[in-house]
Amino acid sequence: MSVVVKLEDVHKSFGLVEVLRGVSFEVSAGEVVAIIGRSGSGKSTALRCINRLEKIQSGSIEVCGRRVEAPDLDLRALRQDVGIVFQSYNLFPHLTVEENIVLAPRRVKNVKGAEAHALARTALEQVGLSDKIDAYPEQLSGGQQQRVAIARSLAMSPKVMLFDEVTSALDPELTGEVLRVMEKLAKGGMTMIMVTHEMGFARRAADRVIYMHTGKVWETGTGAMLGSPQTPELKNFLANEL
Amino acid sequence: MNGGFSLYYFYYLLEGMGWTVVLSALAFVVGGAAGFIVMLARISRSAALRRLVFVYVQIVQGTPLLIILFVVYFGLGIFGVEMPPLFAAGLSLMIYCSAFLGEIWRGCVEAVPRTQTEAAECLALTRWQTLRDVVLPQAARIATPPTVGFLVQVLKSTSLASVVGFVELTRAAQVINNSTFQPFLIFGIAGLLYFALCYPLSIWSRALERRLNVSRRQA
Ligand SMILES: Nc1ncnc2c1ncn2[C@@H]1O[C@H](COP(=O)(O)OP(=O)(O)OP(=O)(O)O)[C@@H](O)[C@H]1O
Ligand SMILES: [Mg+2]
Repeated sequence: MSVVVKLEDVHKSFGLVEVLRGVSFEVSAGEVVAIIGRSGSGKSTALRCINRLEKIQSGSIEVCGRRVEAPDLDLRALRQDVGIVFQSYNLFPHLTVEENIVLAPRRVKNVKGAEAHALARTALEQVGLSDKIDAYPEQLSGGQQQRVAIARSLAMSPKVMLFDEVTSALDPELTGEVLRVMEKLAKGGMTMIMVTHEMGFARRAADRVIYMHTGKVWETGTGAMLGSPQTPELKNFLANEL
Repeated sequence: MNGGFSLYYFYYLLEGMGWTVVLSALAFVVGGAAGFIVMLARISRSAALRRLVFVYVQIVQGTPLLIILFVVYFGLGIFGVEMPPLFAAGLSLMIYCSAFLGEIWRGCVEAVPRTQTEAAECLALTRWQTLRDVVLPQAARIATPPTVGFLVQVLKSTSLASVVGFVELTRAAQVINNSTFQPFLIFGIAGLLYFALCYPLSIWSRALERRLNVSRRQA
């Protein structure tokens, strides 16, 4: 299977604080990888380095055959291949749901008129929100906003999707609807890297789980690894999560 | 000419008031355009440009408007530049507006959360597209009340143009007073006319602010 994302010995510091201390992992096409770990272990930073929201100090990151750390990287081409969804949705509040979704396809891919409208409809169907196409973000629940954010990303047809604790800001009764959308995407063959605190979900939906600790990949395995942790750190972490 | 205040004088005041509006509008529109450029320069990626425009803003903000007016009117006159009073006053106020509006708007642009810019750039929008489609529309909503508030200031500041002989409302009042010697009456009327211009703007500004607060609470 072809490798979509590959990190090799990635080091990242903020000032004097080294947040990623030699992170390496690979994600193949169609694979769903969950990253778990304590607060501050560098999970978000790792994701943000993948689409170069943060620059790394050393090591290498390859996404769809592109070297992310290369000085001549075509940043906008990279960002078209990589979709990212944040904990705080970050929808554009002055635009309707449809406008949120078609803004980037219009500007970046020059999609027009009826085609753009169809694109929005398709993306919204995927997240089960067809009836909200004309709503403004402030008229939606947190769970609905997050699903629109996912649809907005999907409309750019990314090759890999990154999710950073997308359910952490939601009430428990709303997390289910978002997780279901993500599971459906995973089943549909989307390559996904998701940082999550939902252990049950990680176990169920992920092909592979990566446990990060103090800026390193500490332990990695299938979802079953969560049932039989090898390191005391992961054991400890899981005990605190449940 | 001598004698009491008459309807003729009142028309003269109204004419001055018209010029006050013209001067304000001129300063505001042209100064607003320049202020937009100042704002863009202040958020530019070039540190040199940012610093250069910062110095410009500091100088203008730290100089009394009257001094700017004297420099433009008398200063440029020395170099043989023919300066009609309307032009000198308009240019001075434009410089004044560009610095203040530039700073007000920069603050509003920076008040739009960074996460909005980040989200847009993650969708492969360019920096300029991000600014135009995501940041500026949101900044504009925040900017409207302080901008209208500033317009009130500009309107009142046009009275300074009277010192270079431009016959706007204040100058018109002075001219009439010189022949009628009824300062309380005449400047009182002039004050009321200023109030009639500014008060609706203040009300409007406050209404905009209220509307903004309401939509914030819903968000
Ligand atoms: N922009 C930044 N500047 C300085 N330090 C930062 C910055 N971003 C993150 N850090 C620091 O890097 C460390 C790792 O942060 P990161 O957000 O990657 O952790 P995380 O694993 O995602 O944690 P959480 O589960 O709380 O989201 C933290 O100690 C954080 O304070
Ligand atoms: Mg995080």
